[in-house]
Amino acid sequence: MKYIDAFRDPDLAQKIKAAIHHEVQNTDRIFRFMEFCGGHTHAIFRFGLPDLLPSCIEMVHGPGCPVCVLPMGRIDAAIALALSEDTTLCVYGDMMRVPGGKRLSLLKAKARGADVRTVTSPHEALMMAQDNPARQVVFMAIGFETTTPPTAVVIKQASALGLKNFSVFCNHVLTPPALGWLLKSAGDQNEDVPSLDGFVGPSHVSAIIGTYPYNIAAEIYHKPVVIAGFEPLDVLQAILMLIRQVKEGRAEIENEYSRAVVPEGNRKAQALMQEVFTLRDSFEWRGLGVIEKSALKINDAYAAFDAERRFAIQEQSTKENPACQCPAILRGAKTPLDCPLFGKVCRPENPIGACMVSSEGGCAAWYAYGTRGRRGAA
Amino acid sequence: MKLDLKNGHVDMSHGSGGRAMADLIEGLFVKAFDNPVLATGDDQARLDVPKGMRLAMSTDSFVISPLFFPGGDIGSLAVHGTVNDVAMAGAKPLWLSAGFILEEGFPLKDLEKIVSSMAKAARDCGVQIVTGDTKVVEKGKGDGVYINTAGVGVLDPSLDLGPHRIVVGDAMIVNGTIGDHGMAVLARRENLDFEEPLLSDSAALADLVQSMIKSGASLHAMRDPTRGGLATALDELAGASGHGFQIEEKAIPIRTVVRGACEILGLDPLYIANEGKLLAFCPYDEAETLLAAMRAHPLGRDAALIGRVVEDKQHFVEMITPLGGRRLISRLAGEPLPRIC
Repeated sequence: MKYIDAFRDPDLAQKIKAAIHHEVQNTDRIFRFMEFCGGHTHAIFRFGLPDLLPSCIEMVHGPGCPVCVLPMGRIDAAIALALSEDTTLCVYGDMMRVPGGKRLSLLKAKARGADVRTVTSPHEALMMAQDNPARQVVFMAIGFETTTPPTAVVIKQASALGLKNFSVFCNHVLTPPALGWLLKSAGDQNEDVPSLDGFVGPSHVSAIIGTYPYNIAAEIYHKPVVIAGFEPLDVLQAILMLIRQVKEGRAEIENEYSRAVVPEGNRKAQALMQEVFTLRDSFEWRGLGVIEKSALKINDAYAAFDAERRFAIQEQSTKENPACQCPAILRGAKTPLDCPLFGKVCRPENPIGACMVSSEGGCAAWYAYGTRGRRGAA
Repeated sequence: MKLDLKNGHVDMSHGSGGRAMADLIEGLFVKAFDNPVLATGDDQARLDVPKGMRLAMSTDSFVISPLFFPGGDIGSLAVHGTVNDVAMAGAKPLWLSAGFILEEGFPLKDLEKIVSSMAKAARDCGVQIVTGDTKVVEKGKGDGVYINTAGVGVLDPSLDLGPHRIVVGDAMIVNGTIGDHGMAVLARRENLDFEEPLLSDSAALADLVQSMIKSGASLHAMRDPTRGGLATALDELAGASGHGFQIEEKAIPIRTVVRGACEILGLDPLYIANEGKLLAFCPYDEAETLLAAMRAHPLGRDAALIGRVVEDKQHFVEMITPLGGRRLISRLAGEPLPRIC
């Protein structure tokens, strides 16, 4: 099977499109669904899916972009770390252009002499530490449950090797608490979150955590979740499944992405995460605010590899550009077009907010793949 | 002193202007590039321009890492890149200059490989390397070898190609698969292996361009979509032409292995660099003539019509996706970065 083409088949897409139109033809309601992941947002725009959907279906972007939800204080902490002597900071490429306070980014810090390297896996950072014993090599770990197990692996490897010059600046966050916050806040004007009829659930994250953690959506909040892959047919099929659930008054956790996700998830990866990390009491999410037990830190057994302890990193509170609408966009309250900076001052080459930087960011997707109405003033 | 091309290394004296430099130039460059203009040994090349012709000139610097990659190396690339820039005006490239910035300690064996590859690339496309320069920087201050080339070509004054000639209704044609060069280099840099090898498309397009001119189709504009890929070239040309472009995504030729590698790394092949591709504009009803001429050439076998020029005050490049949706194409911002999640 050719996996790229199989889930992008135009004929099948037309069939699902027809089924979606058929399902909504006699309703006069609006269906508002949130796609939690930036990967879904990306697929929706890259394949032009809004053109295939009836106008009564509104897709709202969620906060599933690890770069976007990091508060600026942690970016500033990373920049400070990178600027300190004898230190090499290894980051995923998406981090380089994220603006911190004082209009600095890791890319600009690098131009000022900071030793920042982009890596495509934590293992590269570990090798760099082995090759450069005189330098402190710090891996800036970010991401949801998908990228957490590989971070756990390198911490264990560093421990086994007895490396004294390797540590991890851990910024891993968890999906279920963020989804829980959205469910609790949906439709709440004080929290500025729109009301939602259901969720397109994460794909890669669910391959790790399984389907059970989403049960609260159905059981407590009576909202359907359909876990879906990142291909266009996956997204269309998930939307169809969500419409049917809403019409039939059901609220279930359905798994469209059964080729990769099993209910219990990846037990081995979960065990790795448990072995190395522990829950933080609370963590600040950009746009969502402080959420209890929503992020991970390195546990005491591996404290020697925790950059926050080794370098006594203090999170500074940093003032954001008040005009930047990233926070409201991350909780689905606004679209990029509601932002006065979008496409004018804030562009991929000069991002004001993180949502314009990451390939998973809502603004970046609107800008890169927008349709006429969605580009703004280009 | 004879050059030790087997075990020797570049040292500071090779850039000093003295005897060691002369040995390097005579023993390596002049020998490899072998042509009467260079052989005079003068500080400048004097060139005879055919009567009635205009000149077209371009320059480009090459700082690629790794220096050797599947399908080419910095030497062949330094010839192809500049030759193609000259050729996009419809000109016939004839002469190149070559400036080398070498890092102290660089193996002469590798330099010889690069220089012979450059010489072969130049010979293959009928271009002479007629003047040059060598400098050496201290170890740690360069990345092995940097090369700058400038190219001069002759142009029939009746040919006037450029975005200002693009009109509504024009057809847009590419000469083959896109994304090959960037992905070959990235895969080598990141040590990624795929079932099918990823090969750079690095090639001189001057001969293909001459066949296209001879086809009789009225060429309006050409552009080689190098850094920033096809998407960036389209966006720049749409802006410069003052029109909109409409592209059919499924018509764009992309090798399966390139698509697969892009998927894995979260990249869009439309933004990946090419070094042997061109984008051509001609009236829609002459597209078949042009395509036939291109397909008859080894560098145009996979040539395809990918879209047309439309009226659009906003100069957007709009693409119809294979699923029937639409999206806009914009230019690359910064480096294409592998995604993380």
